[in-house]
Amino acid sequence: MTIFSPRSLTEALQVLNEHPAARLLAGGTDTMVEINFRHFEPSDIISLRHVQELQVFETLSTGYRLGAAIPYKQFENGSFSHVSGALSEASRTVGSPQIRATGTIGGNLGTCSPAGDTLPVLSALDAQIELSSINGIRMLSIHDFMLGVKRNARVSNEIITAIHIPKINGFQGYAKVGVRNAMVISIASACLIHNMDKSHIALALGAVGPTIIRCRTAEKWLTQNADLSTSTALTTEVIEEFGRLAASEALPITDHRSTAEYRKHAVGVLAQRLLKRAMK
Amino acid sequence: MSTRTTSKQREVLGVSALRPDGLAKTQGTFSFSSDYTADNMLWGATLRSPHPYARIISIDISEAIKIDGVETVLLASDVPGKLTYGLIASDQPVFASEFVRYMGEPIAAVAADHPETCRRALDAIVVHYEVLKPLTSIEDALNPNTPSIHPDGNVFRHQHILHGDANATGDIVVEGEYEIGMQDQAFLGLEAALAYPDSDGSGIELVVATQWLHEDQKQIADCLAMPKEKVRLQLGGVGGAFGAREDISLQVHTCLLALRTGRPVKMQYTREESFFGHVHRHPGVISLKHHVTNEGRIVKIEGTMKLDGGAYASTSSAVLINGVTHIQGPYKCPNAVFDGYAVRTNNPPCGAMRGFGVVQACFAHEGQMDKIAKAVGKSPVEVRLLNAMEKGDTLITGQPVESVAPVARCIRETDALPLPEPLSLSAGTMELPGGSGRTSELHNIKRGIGWGVSIKNLMYSEGFDDSAEARCTLGDGVATLKFATAEVGQGFVVLAQQIARTVLGVDVVVLDRIDTNIGSAGSTSASRQTWMSGGAVDGACRLVRERLFEHVAHMHGLDPLQLIIEDTDIVDTMGPLRISVSEASKGVKITQTFLHQHRKTEELDENGQGNCHVAFAFVAHRAVVDVDVELGLVKVVQIATAQDVGRSLNPLALLGQIEGGIAQGLGLAVMEEIIMQNGIVKNPSFTDYLLPTALDAPDVLFIPIEEPDPQAPLGAKGVGEPPCISVTPAIVAAIRDATGIDLKRTPVRPQDICL
Ligand SMILES: Cc1cc2nc3c(=O)[nH]c(=O)nc-3n(C[C@H](O)[C@H](O)[C@H](O)COP(=O)(O)OP(=O)(O)OC[C@H]3O[C@@H](n4cnc5c(N)ncnc54)[C@H](O)[C@@H]3O)c2cc1C
Repeated sequence: MTIFSPRSLTEALQVLNEHPAARLLAGGTDTMVEINFRHFEPSDIISLRHVQELQVFETLSTGYRLGAAIPYKQFENGSFSHVSGALSEASRTVGSPQIRATGTIGGNLGTCSPAGDTLPVLSALDAQIELSSINGIRMLSIHDFMLGVKRNARVSNEIITAIHIPKINGFQGYAKVGVRNAMVISIASACLIHNMDKSHIALALGAVGPTIIRCRTAEKWLTQNADLSTSTALTTEVIEEFGRLAASEALPITDHRSTAEYRKHAVGVLAQRLLKRAMK
Repeated sequence: MSTRTTSKQREVLGVSALRPDGLAKTQGTFSFSSDYTADNMLWGATLRSPHPYARIISIDISEAIKIDGVETVLLASDVPGKLTYGLIASDQPVFASEFVRYMGEPIAAVAADHPETCRRALDAIVVHYEVLKPLTSIEDALNPNTPSIHPDGNVFRHQHILHGDANATGDIVVEGEYEIGMQDQAFLGLEAALAYPDSDGSGIELVVATQWLHEDQKQIADCLAMPKEKVRLQLGGVGGAFGAREDISLQVHTCLLALRTGRPVKMQYTREESFFGHVHRHPGVISLKHHVTNEGRIVKIEGTMKLDGGAYASTSSAVLINGVTHIQGPYKCPNAVFDGYAVRTNNPPCGAMRGFGVVQACFAHEGQMDKIAKAVGKSPVEVRLLNAMEKGDTLITGQPVESVAPVARCIRETDALPLPEPLSLSAGTMELPGGSGRTSELHNIKRGIGWGVSIKNLMYSEGFDDSAEARCTLGDGVATLKFATAEVGQGFVVLAQQIARTVLGVDVVVLDRIDTNIGSAGSTSASRQTWMSGGAVDGACRLVRERLFEHVAHMHGLDPLQLIIEDTDIVDTMGPLRISVSEASKGVKITQTFLHQHRKTEELDENGQGNCHVAFAFVAHRAVVDVDVELGLVKVVQIATAQDVGRSLNPLALLGQIEGGIAQGLGLAVMEEIIMQNGIVKNPSFTDYLLPTALDAPDVLFIPIEEPDPQAPLGAKGVGEPPCISVTPAIVAAIRDATGIDLKRTPVRPQDICL
């Protein structure tokens, strides 16, 4: 086993290209747990700590480019908490202060757990994932990036270098149900983004399917049944129907954390509550 | 008269003295048992069963032993002495050889040069099993047609209780069913031990985090086939216990590996292994039927308590007796017909945990009290006050409750504590149920209030010969204390110092090593060490003081009975002599040992009658919760509590026990549960076994009820267990109050509330 500690993105991409089976290590908050539980035997490790390019944040004309290895803390209440309210709320719900000081969105994407807290936000924002290799850069929609339970579209010589998200005019919110008031893995979560300029509301659900679920049916129904160009209160019937449709799009399972029935119920409630927060 | 100025309050009894280990623990420099290493040390590790129930067909260690760095692999056939151990019945194998009876049962142990080598060795051991259908339900275990999963049978104990008139009836019958999930002690300092073999292999020294050095010593010596004195134990730094360190875990394995290799061996569990390596709180089902008058007075209780003890006996039989003998709660109850069963299953073994059987009983009797209140149109407080036990009342075992029983006072003083402000419109999401998940909004929240009151026995019961020894040496103004009392975080180390300062008028109190070079102190459990070891230290210090007075009296031609200690001076009550203790003890060395015993208790007869307990403590809890009814999420806002403590010896340490116990009881109310499916543990990690965080911890309002108990050596009752007992039913009652749902089970899950 070799541990590489490249000092630049170019060097990192080269090392990765030569050792495609190597494990990339960002905050290590998933990887170290996997090693401890022996879910994975480390072969070679490439540490991303000293790759400055992955820490870079940029404001673009239509949005932001977030370096993949920026820790949660910066989005929660640090320098970049302004870029997305929902991302900041989602970041706050991740683990404990220690985890948020080191864990990264790149790692959340790399692991691609259905319970990953930033993933519903990236889905609802229609984020673009920037993947780099020695051959260049490709941009992939978040919807094409997430493939299934802990499966994503990254190929072995690629590094997630950045996440591109749009600037949104309108409400955005994230809500997560766990059995404890903090530091808990999601048993159901939802992100709602109201894009007033596009008269559209996007809703994505976490922990209720093999991967994040975008509620296209509920979204479409809402566009047809409400004026989404402004934020004005909706009728109870509209809100309830939206929640019902969202719940019906969930594909939850029963496990030791919760039951499928509860999860379905919970995302329906979250969808309604987020919609009410958006439209008032 | 001389005037003296004391710059600092002396840290005597009654003062919030700081613990001698406090700073090191806060700064992270304290050595816990897992922090020790030795020269030339090997690491040990345990191979465990993946199956809850299976026959072992063969075990092949040949590949494991070949691995570079592996020094030895031990199986049941390598145990030189007794093949089993256990606190009450010796029914648990050191290593399984024929059958494994629970998931995680040890089969082999390896010693190697590195933990990773150990892991590889464990992987290389090949065990062939014939997997059997596990026995996992209490009802199946009680069914006489179910084949026995152990030669000792499937029922650990049945206890019948018949008290008063079995045919008595009241005006109203109130019935309820209650269920309690399996809680884990979840101490933070994982199991760890370091064993040093004697060079000739004839003895061993073990440094271990435990609750009871001498009981470990006895069980280890039996398994090693060594005389007890050849097995010397020293307490390693203990990071919490809560009952989970009463049973043997890695003690015998570590010693066996060290003796076999002739090298120091260290064993240390991971968090996951810890879930399999120690016993848990008994899950159980309780049916209760109360016959009450129209007014709400209890006439008779009937019912059953069934506890799942898991695969091995541990303390199941004692836990059961605690449960059934406390089933009436802190209330007058003239008649009772009750049956308790503790059974064996292929679930993880259960044993001691803070509250020891009374937690289960209390959850049921407090649920009943609220039902009675409703049935007779009274408030929860009124119906509890109406039935509150008083000094002289009896348990359903016929045992009178002596000394101090301030039940009504606990309830009244708790009731008088202020309720929290209603949720303000500006409350942030963090203050609402769901916390950082930002799920709730003000208008979704309902507030509820609930009550729980409990009685808990202190110390061991049923005729157990329970004693504690301590030694005090005084010289040159310094007192040195020696005892084998396990300091597990409760703070006996500071209490012992306070006692010596108070009795002897010294300021410097040195604590000798905690080990088996003195008689047993008994277990640090059952809320007993302040009473038992406190009594022993107090007794030893008093004997030393007598000798010191004799010495001073002799020097000054006085009667020693004239002398007293005032602060740090010896004072003649009939004359002018005043001499400081350090002056008086210059050049002398006085050593005294004291054995403290409590009064004898009796066994129960076939009708469950007998004075089986030593003493009792009482507590009341009032819980205020906010519930997001639609999502089933709960935030415990406030716990108010008044507890019968006898005497507050260290207010700060006392508050620590109160607040910690409340957090642990809160865990059982709303989140802590080991989840099992067919004997498989599904959540052996802190990712999924959820403990309360700071955001889950409620405000605590606490009033100590100080009515010194004349039977207690320092007037003080044990305070460790009561805080976690009635807080669970209080919280669940508050959730019932907020939601109107008849919740039967704890912990309450979101789906129990909203679906
Ligand atoms: C106590 C605790 C609590 C937690 N709580 C939460 C929670 O509440 N919500 C939640 O969502 N998660 C939680 N997690 C999981 C974890 O913190 C997150 O998934 C985090 O985002 C992982 O980021 P990391 O940088 O630490 O990833 P790492 O462990 O370093 O990496 C994770 C995976 O992503 C890959 N990877 C990392 N960076 C890149 C990159 N730039 N390009 C390509 N692949 C990459 C790695 O190779 C690895 O496969 C918790 C973990 C712990 C230990």
